[in-house]
Amino acid sequence: MPDAIDEPRSPAAIYAAHCREGRLAYPAAPDGTPVWPPSLVVPGTGEPVQWLLSEGRGTVYSTTALHARDSEPRNVAIVELDEGYRMMARVDGLPADAVEIGARVRVRFGAPDETGARLPFFVPQAGA
Amino acid sequence: MSPLRASSAIAGAAESDLGAVAEGMRPVDLMVQASLGALADCGLALGDVDSLFAATTQLPMAPLNLAQELGIRPRYTDATNVGGSSFMFHVDHARAAIAAGLCEVALIAYGSTQRLVGRGSASVQELDPWETPYRPVMPLTAYALAAARHMHEFGTTRAQLAEVAVSARAWARRNPAAWSRDPLSVDDVLGARMVADPLTVRDCCLVTDGGAAIVVTSAERAATLRRPPVLVLGAGEAHSHRHITGMADLTRTAAAESGARAFAEAGLTPADVDCVQLYDAFTITPILFLEDLGFCAKGEGGPFVSGGRTAPGGALPMNTNGGGLSYCHPGMYGLLGIVEAVRQLRGEAAGRQVAGCEVAVAHGNGGVLSSQATLVLGTAGTA
Repeated sequence: MPDAIDEPRSPAAIYAAHCREGRLAYPAAPDGTPVWPPSLVVPGTGEPVQWLLSEGRGTVYSTTALHARDSEPRNVAIVELDEGYRMMARVDGLPADAVEIGARVRVRFGAPDETGARLPFFVPQAGA
Repeated sequence: MSPLRASSAIAGAAESDLGAVAEGMRPVDLMVQASLGALADCGLALGDVDSLFAATTQLPMAPLNLAQELGIRPRYTDATNVGGSSFMFHVDHARAAIAAGLCEVALIAYGSTQRLVGRGSASVQELDPWETPYRPVMPLTAYALAAARHMHEFGTTRAQLAEVAVSARAWARRNPAAWSRDPLSVDDVLGARMVADPLTVRDCCLVTDGGAAIVVTSAERAATLRRPPVLVLGAGEAHSHRHITGMADLTRTAAAESGARAFAEAGLTPADVDCVQLYDAFTITPILFLEDLGFCAKGEGGPFVSGGRTAPGGALPMNTNGGGLSYCHPGMYGLLGIVEAVRQLRGEAAGRQVAGCEVAVAHGNGGVLSSQATLVLGTAGTA
């Protein structure tokens, strides 16, 4: 689905604007090939990117649990979205070290912070 | 054949104070110590140096600091900083500049006081809209993700990762300058405090102070100096991404490109190499580089490092100073690996000397498996 927000803005601002509305957006080449990490342009050609919306479903590509001495382990993962790009994220809904590579996950958005920003994270995809 | 093959040589090499340096020491103080040591090693004077190459996380304009302290007015300067592999890049650039007649005697230096000042103060943390919100502890998190993926794809085990740390420790026990010299077993590594699955604290490099310097000049000039020249038979550099999510495949690094370039130029293959110094920021990294440099097939790095193959007495001596895991890791380790390769090729590594060492590889890694550079180094007889 093409992006409705077309004013020239930074990749970070476009991404965050979608997140505030509970949408996971990603930049892509004119032919729809995803570009990640986000950029103003398509690496290799320099063409301007278009912003598309992800269905928010994907697979855990890699995962780790970070252990600190004074708190519970927390998860950091790389999720491969079904549209074909891989973003850093956190998988919630199970212990940090129980997240498995290959697990199916779907996106959720955190509550707005003091600036209104909402952070996407992932949870196990029910019935997957 | 490349006109650069064996055109330049490392003529002098030295470490600075290592480990935990004296209160108040600055990164440039360590660079100064090592620089004077490397010059004394080859019998050159400050006045002979006409080009400076330096990098450290703490000094964005490192050559300026070093030139001021040493009173050098270099006619050629390079502050390339692409992380821990920067110094392999410096060697590649220095030899080209020497061959082009832009300079004659290149001083390459590094110094870090990250233990003294704390890691948080020593390194700038880049803020990224798509990574920082998830609070990845970098670079640790990226390497843990790579290790987990390697285990998933190839069946690599935590015990195989631990073999890398155990091998490094066995070498460190033969190096009086090494920071960690207590015995270390696979079980010790597996049972150590977990920091980022699958990596325990013993899968991670040390956090120390330290520095080093080398002198690079033409092979002809090096042959007239005090120490046996160490020829740069081949060098290759490459980089593939800045962010870990920008890495196309977490199990394949640009070392495949840098290594292929270096070996092709040298006219050698991994079978010709007598010892390797492979950047070991974490136990997964030498496994990746053994694969990508062609010492074993992709995915076979875990079995390859098992059974003591890279330890003292093994078929492929690796990280013979004890590496970043047990000897010294000030944050950008690469130059210390070059220094060790030089010592092995000169036959001056004392209790850890690899017998008949004529060809050595020093491979550097920077960022989050981002920048890769490979040096194939040899004795005068390999020219």
